[in-house]
Amino acid sequence: MIDRQKIVVIDDELQMRRFLKACFDPAEVELLEAETASEGMRLVAKENPDVVLLDLGLPDVDGIDVTKQLREWTRVPIIVLSARGREKDKIEALDAGADDYLTKPFGVGELQARIRVTLRHMNQTKGPNADPTFESGGLKVDLSMRRVAVDGKEVHLTPIEFKLLTMLVRHSGMVLTHKQLLSEVWGPAYADETHYLRVYMGQLRHKLEADPARPRHITTEPGVGYRLLAD
Amino acid sequence: MQERPNPDAILAQMKEEEERPGGRGRLKIYLGMAAGVGKTYAMLNDGQEAKKRCVDVVIGYLEPHGRAETEAMADGLERLPLKAFDYKGVTLSEFDLDAALERKPKLILVDELAHTNVPGSRHKKRWQAVAELLQEGIDVYTTVNIQHVESLNDVVAQITGVVVSETVPDSLLNEADEIEVVDIPPQELIQRLHEGKVYVADKVNQALSSFFKKSNLSALRELALRHTAERVDRQVRTYRAAEGSSEPWHTKDRILVCVAPNKMGPRVVRAAARMAGALHAELIAVSVESPRQAGLSEEDRMRSIEGLRLAEHLGAETVTLSGQDIVAEVVHFAQSRNVTTIVVGKPVRKRWREIVFGSVVDTLVRSSGDIDVHVITGQDTAGTPQKILVKREEEHDWKGYGMAVGLTTLATLLNTLLFDVIKHVERINLVMVYLLGVTYVSSRHSRLSAGLAAILGVLCFDFFFVEPRHSLTFYDGQYLLTFGVMLLVAILTSTLTARLREQTVSASLRERRTSALYNLSKKLSATRSRTEIGKFTVEKVREVFGCDAGVLIKSRATGKLFSGPESECKFELRPNEHAVALWVLDHGKMAGKGTDTLPGSEGTYVPLNAENGCVGVLAVRWEGNAVRDPSQINFLETFANQLAVAIERTNLAKDSHEALLQVERERLRNSLLSSVSHDLRTPLAVISGSAEQLRGSSSLTATRDIALANAIAIESERLGRQVRNLLDMTRLESGAVDLTRGWQSLEELIGSSVLRTEKMLHDHEVITQLPANLPLVLVDGVLLEQAFVNLLENASRHTPPKTKIFISAKVLPQSVVVEIANSGPSLQAGDEERIFDKFYRPNANQTQGFGLGLTICRAILEAHGGSIRAMNRTEGGVTFMMVIPKSQDAPEVPLD
Repeated sequence: MIDRQKIVVIDDELQMRRFLKACFDPAEVELLEAETASEGMRLVAKENPDVVLLDLGLPDVDGIDVTKQLREWTRVPIIVLSARGREKDKIEALDAGADDYLTKPFGVGELQARIRVTLRHMNQTKGPNADPTFESGGLKVDLSMRRVAVDGKEVHLTPIEFKLLTMLVRHSGMVLTHKQLLSEVWGPAYADETHYLRVYMGQLRHKLEADPARPRHITTEPGVGYRLLAD
Repeated sequence: MQERPNPDAILAQMKEEEERPGGRGRLKIYLGMAAGVGKTYAMLNDGQEAKKRCVDVVIGYLEPHGRAETEAMADGLERLPLKAFDYKGVTLSEFDLDAALERKPKLILVDELAHTNVPGSRHKKRWQAVAELLQEGIDVYTTVNIQHVESLNDVVAQITGVVVSETVPDSLLNEADEIEVVDIPPQELIQRLHEGKVYVADKVNQALSSFFKKSNLSALRELALRHTAERVDRQVRTYRAAEGSSEPWHTKDRILVCVAPNKMGPRVVRAAARMAGALHAELIAVSVESPRQAGLSEEDRMRSIEGLRLAEHLGAETVTLSGQDIVAEVVHFAQSRNVTTIVVGKPVRKRWREIVFGSVVDTLVRSSGDIDVHVITGQDTAGTPQKILVKREEEHDWKGYGMAVGLTTLATLLNTLLFDVIKHVERINLVMVYLLGVTYVSSRHSRLSAGLAAILGVLCFDFFFVEPRHSLTFYDGQYLLTFGVMLLVAILTSTLTARLREQTVSASLRERRTSALYNLSKKLSATRSRTEIGKFTVEKVREVFGCDAGVLIKSRATGKLFSGPESECKFELRPNEHAVALWVLDHGKMAGKGTDTLPGSEGTYVPLNAENGCVGVLAVRWEGNAVRDPSQINFLETFANQLAVAIERTNLAKDSHEALLQVERERLRNSLLSSVSHDLRTPLAVISGSAEQLRGSSSLTATRDIALANAIAIESERLGRQVRNLLDMTRLESGAVDLTRGWQSLEELIGSSVLRTEKMLHDHEVITQLPANLPLVLVDGVLLEQAFVNLLENASRHTPPKTKIFISAKVLPQSVVVEIANSGPSLQAGDEERIFDKFYRPNANQTQGFGLGLTICRAILEAHGGSIRAMNRTEGGVTFMMVIPKSQDAPEVPLD
């Protein structure tokens, strides 16, 4: 039998916590609630949860600071919850170490999918060797062989395009901020040159997507970054 | 040693080059030796050429000489109407500066640069109008004859015997971008004159006999050619200096010219200016204000002021020194400024006075050290400064006269006592008693009363004590000596004391000015309010200049002038005076009484020039006919500078205070918005999430319950959208839309908006057709994506299912156009604009939405400098066309 998953929710809204609680089957998930940041951090330390759901608008400590403080001692996946129009907060939280985010209002399916992806990713990095292959909707990537194919047809990528795709595949299903992509592919000195990304992502889409204007694989998260969708 | 270009020279050259294309117009001058050489013709010819090149050219003024060829040349060029002035019953036509500024052509042709305007015009001279045109960025072609060039004025007078009063300052000629010499041989000019091509026939003989002599014309021709050659030479030198290719660098020559209060002044100044021009030297004109000047006549004082003004026109720096010893002051100043040559006029005093009192020139030559002294001759021998003693002591010192009479009487009584009662006192000692009285009177009172005391003393001594007593006759001739000495002592003492007093007055005047300035700056730096600043300044101006003053401050909101310290000083300006003040404000230059611009005004207006332009005007209304010499005007300018700095400071303080408030407001609004958005969104998220969960639940079986869960889910989603729209609108409406611009790919933004509306548009077919060469645009990605989402949501609501939505884009030179078209119903006439209005819904009975979605789209695009409009499609449906400005400097992306 699989262990029950432990999820810590840090949100000051009682209704939100109740809703989240209702989203999961109590037989599969143990949901622990915290109303304030300090309480939440204590709970994380005590219970060692599998995932932390963190609201960015907490009354006592800024959610971004909570992320930073948690990241000082734990690798637990953090998914931040925030409203649209607060892209700056999301980027800050992501760059501070959060794994993904959800924009309120969100559906149950969306929430469960995010949790699944972060957990899978967590397990992968924990495992002895990460799976170097990725497959989703006709797109096949083999990182070890440096091979990319769309609908069975091999696609040739330039070194930078391949580096970008590697980053995306390694974090498939998760959002990657502009800064994370830029500093990984071009180096930290280029962390602000978002136009590099626009150009190369465009090129990559033209090679991988059937209709680059309506991408099925690499989606844009406006103001935040990119995400490689996984099945 | 490596030659090193003078950084100042390079800077000056760069500045000159820089300033040109920005604001100032270009000036071209057609220079001729005399009338009739064809300047106007050449100018018009060039005007026609310019017109052929499609330059917007107009004729501002053309001298009506009635020459047919010239008139023909002007055909086809637009002419500005002239302004009619009524002057002493005669109607005169003048160049209309205001019309020219209003018309604002690229190039204007203005004949006769040296013309003097009719009194009542804005400027005294036409060249000032030309300078204003240039400042406004209008190119000017103009004509002038060599005899009108200021520095050559007296040379021309020597050649032709005609003194020309209409002159053009050399500085304007030096600033000209181009000078074209229009030259024909003198013989030909005389020929043309005979043929009646220059003057109307009846004037020909008169002109021929006086001015147009071959000798005159040759000399003038030489002058014109030489002047131009010198200019060309200067340009070559400037060029070479910048290139660093000139001869070994030597220190720059500086010439100092002493402006004396006599008729020779202007001549000396001109000579010095010519010398400076030839040597490429700087010119400094100096006038010394000594206590002795208090004794000069008004006329002579004006002469030295005129001398300084002339020097200023000739491009000199003017300085007024004050001190007791003229020579010492001049030499000290010259040494402090590294002057190489001092130019003075030849002494005009009589020989014996020079032997007795010493000569300024002699002393100067002796004490000037290694500075050269040039002495300029003048023809004017009668021009000695005229001392007018009587005028100076116009007010009779009645107390002094009384004292003279009283003391003499007292001395006589005392002498009678000594001589007749005590006896054994020598007569000569009696003189001493009188002398005591004379000395006392002369030390305290005017020279006239001192003289009176002396004369009364002599008479009394003679009458009462000299044999024969009680008569005015005397036997002994040696008493003549006594009388003479008495008179001399009286005059010497009173002269010395008078001079001492004058020195005190002059020193205290200077002291008062300095301390007034010090006080002002101290007060101003401690003051925060503009009203107080204005009040202190007005007080100080009154104290120092003894005249009414007002501070007019430019309102930063409206740009209008308003009287600053209203409560303290009522400084009312009549409309035309106000116009002068406005002119000063616009041009940042002084105008009004005592200046060259609008000298007919009541007051003098000094601009308050601060770093960021003119902040106001200091208005001074002189009382009576106070002499406004340059030093006084300079001092007023110093006041104005202090004031400008102070006002600028209060402006900056206000700005920073406002910026602080703005930041505070912004912070408050943001926190309010985020808390509202949080408070509304969280419950909504809970409701829609719960409803969704309910919908998917297997325990929900009753059809009615499923329908209810569906309704909750759909409606809460809609409510969520509307809350979002309302919040977006509030943010956009609050004015300061904080665009987080970044380089964005339109393809990405469109893709992401289509993805976000996918669920809503599952019944529609979305067709995207984007060109491959879409450039990156510098926009706020989140906002622009929101605009696309709003348009797609709009389409989903207003078009029937199964219809198509087209998204396309095209690249134009200045912008990128994105079109989102649907195949739904068309808009009713007039709705194309109205649908963008806030809360407007085409069908009033339709309850969907607030009618904010499109308003937000428009606000977003306009915040980016773009636009959006709706158009009915011919095949049915509506196209929304968005114009997004293209950014000029697209960033470089390295290739791999």
